[in-house]
Amino acid sequence: MHGLLRERLLSRRDHRLERGKPPQPLLFDDMMEPTNEGARPGSADRAPGGDPPGPQEGQAPTGAPLLELRNVDKNFGPVQALQGINLIIPEGQVTALAGDNGAGKSVLIKTVSGIWSPDGGAVFWRGQRVHIRTPKDAAALGITTVYQDLALCDNLDIVQNMFLGHEDLHLGMLNEIEMELTARRTLESLAMTTARQIRQPVASLSGGQRQSVAVAKAVMANSKLVILDEPTAALGVTQTAMVLSLVKQLTSQGVTVLMISHNLNDIFQVADHLAIVHLGHLVASGPASNFNRQTAVDYMTTGRSNRETAGSPALAAS
Amino acid sequence: MAQAQIPSSTPPSPREGERPAADETVSGAAAREAELAASPELMANTLGEYLRAWVKRVRSGDSGVLPILGGLVAIVVIFQLQVHVFLSALNLTNLLVQGAVFVLLGMAEIFVLLLGEIDLSVGFVAGVGAVVSAFLMAPPFNLPWFLAVAAGLASTTFIGAVQGTIITRLHLPSFVVTLAGLLGCEGLLIYIVNTSSPASGGTIRITSVVVNDLVNGNMGVTAGWVVLTVVLVAYAATSFWRDARRRRSGLSAPPMSLTVLKVLMTAVAGIGLVWICNSDRGILVPVTGIPWVIPAVLVVLLAFTFLQGRTRFGRYVYAIGGNSEAARRAGINLARIRTISFALSGLTAGMAGIVYESRLGSISTGIDGGTLVLYAVAAAVIGGASLFGGRGKAVHALLGGLLIAAIYNGMGLLGLTAAPQYMITAVVLLAAVTVDAVARRSGASRGTNP
Repeated sequence: MHGLLRERLLSRRDHRLERGKPPQPLLFDDMMEPTNEGARPGSADRAPGGDPPGPQEGQAPTGAPLLELRNVDKNFGPVQALQGINLIIPEGQVTALAGDNGAGKSVLIKTVSGIWSPDGGAVFWRGQRVHIRTPKDAAALGITTVYQDLALCDNLDIVQNMFLGHEDLHLGMLNEIEMELTARRTLESLAMTTARQIRQPVASLSGGQRQSVAVAKAVMANSKLVILDEPTAALGVTQTAMVLSLVKQLTSQGVTVLMISHNLNDIFQVADHLAIVHLGHLVASGPASNFNRQTAVDYMTTGRSNRETAGSPALAAS
Repeated sequence: MAQAQIPSSTPPSPREGERPAADETVSGAAAREAELAASPELMANTLGEYLRAWVKRVRSGDSGVLPILGGLVAIVVIFQLQVHVFLSALNLTNLLVQGAVFVLLGMAEIFVLLLGEIDLSVGFVAGVGAVVSAFLMAPPFNLPWFLAVAAGLASTTFIGAVQGTIITRLHLPSFVVTLAGLLGCEGLLIYIVNTSSPASGGTIRITSVVVNDLVNGNMGVTAGWVVLTVVLVAYAATSFWRDARRRRSGLSAPPMSLTVLKVLMTAVAGIGLVWICNSDRGILVPVTGIPWVIPAVLVVLLAFTFLQGRTRFGRYVYAIGGNSEAARRAGINLARIRTISFALSGLTAGMAGIVYESRLGSISTGIDGGTLVLYAVAAAVIGGASLFGGRGKAVHALLGGLLIAAIYNGMGLLGLTAAPQYMITAVVLLAAVTVDAVARRSGASRGTNP
């Protein structure tokens, strides 16, 4: 089984190396994998039991994707918000999730972050089946979601916000020095700020800085997967650039990013992979270089693209 | 085999060339932006820089405790010009004792104001605490004072906890629930007084010497100076030790001269307080010493400052007041923190009740809990706490409570009736809220940095 998987991964590697060549159609081959649980290491013996979704010790040596959704469905009464979503989120890279309003982007990330549980299908974390039922389960795996309406307290300073909910205590008292040092290290590792400002209230920060603090909070919580919900939606040009450079910084630290975005500029600037949803279906996904603006817009608006481009992207069966 | 992991660790090759340049401009812009947004005060290395930054901050609208201190000075000057006994040792001590009830009630209110809630019941909850303790100290129970006081405080804490539970579990507005608490506690108070001593005309006398001495007894003159010395040394030591620890860890600390200045100012205030209280203020017989209630209130102030500033509970209270949704997402148990806050509000109100009955030497059904609660809210807000939650400290109740006591006391000396007294308090309250709102607005406009 391992050999089979490796081969598949190696073939994906080849695609990446040979970008100059006209890429193969990726249908069910690269990003889309058939739902065959037996082919996954560790899935056969673990599924479908309720194994606790704790952080798995020792990551799968096979290089299984960090997160994989197979055939995930989500209904709200008669409304089918997600239908048969098959999505792979490779480790250490930026995957952008695009789609029109109401396409199901938010439902998808809320399913991954444990706010709603899927009605059908399976979720795999590093090749092992997991059940993410609550936000706590997601946090235990190392999934952190940074929502559009930033979850920061304006009246607290940067350090206090970054440690909110998991303060460092010393003899029952808040250990401000240790927290400030840790926060500073995290911010410095993200090339974000200098030492003096981290004691100013978040209210005095700009939108981009606030977004950055929220992301840094996720990094400090040792997240493996950071989900960003429209991180640049409310930002100006400079601040957008700031947040995007932070997204790149994240991957250089080994953090995987799933970024929801409407903005094609942002997507093509930072995303390694692009997945597009349309009316609850995943209509295309693959390396971002396989798309261009036109095809991406086509997929987002109509769910298909007839244009022949340098890299004609994958078409998922809908 | 080893190649299998490469896909996840190799950055995509195209677009890579643009990265260094983009990063550079971005971090440069970010640094500039950060500098603009940084509070000038955090950049100070010397006392001069700090003072300049502070003046700048005050000018930009964020005035801190300056208006309230200015207000206090103005009121003191006005009353001193009108009645010359205002600044006498007797009257100042009296003013501090009068202020104790307002200060404690204000601190009770701040616990819930920080959450963005309000507690209208503190006045009559204080009354219930006083009545329960008085009634247990009196015949036929004759409980020792500490048991009676503990029972009084336990009953008010319980009332607070019940109100908090109703508010959090049933998701009812605190305004309505504590309004019901106000009415209910007034009824409870009258009921207890009437059943325990129906013949007394609605008054229970305080029989315990200790409880009476809380306000009417004084610390010895020497003891006062000794306590002051110990407190000042401890304060100076912790201030310098904290700064030193921060510097040792490589963090920025306030300039040494600023800490020295703060310690000196505290020393001057402390010496002034002890000196006033230790002067002979007797009319027929010499009376000297600090009334016990003053150190008692300061201990409560210290405890609450610690609770709000240095513990996880306090941090969560501020977080909920600032953005309850963010607090919830951070995994904070909102219902628990809120309920505890209401219970603490009840506990502090109970303390105010004990001080109140000690000052009068009795407790009666005539206690005006309705006015007391309004003074409590006014004390907190005048002192600088926000009605919208997330901003305020225990010390704000101290300053606000003293200011209200000064107005109350001064107008009493002038022989003014209740009518102008209420109206002037109203003007002061409005002025304080206006200053607060203006500061907020300019603070907000600075916050949204383009």
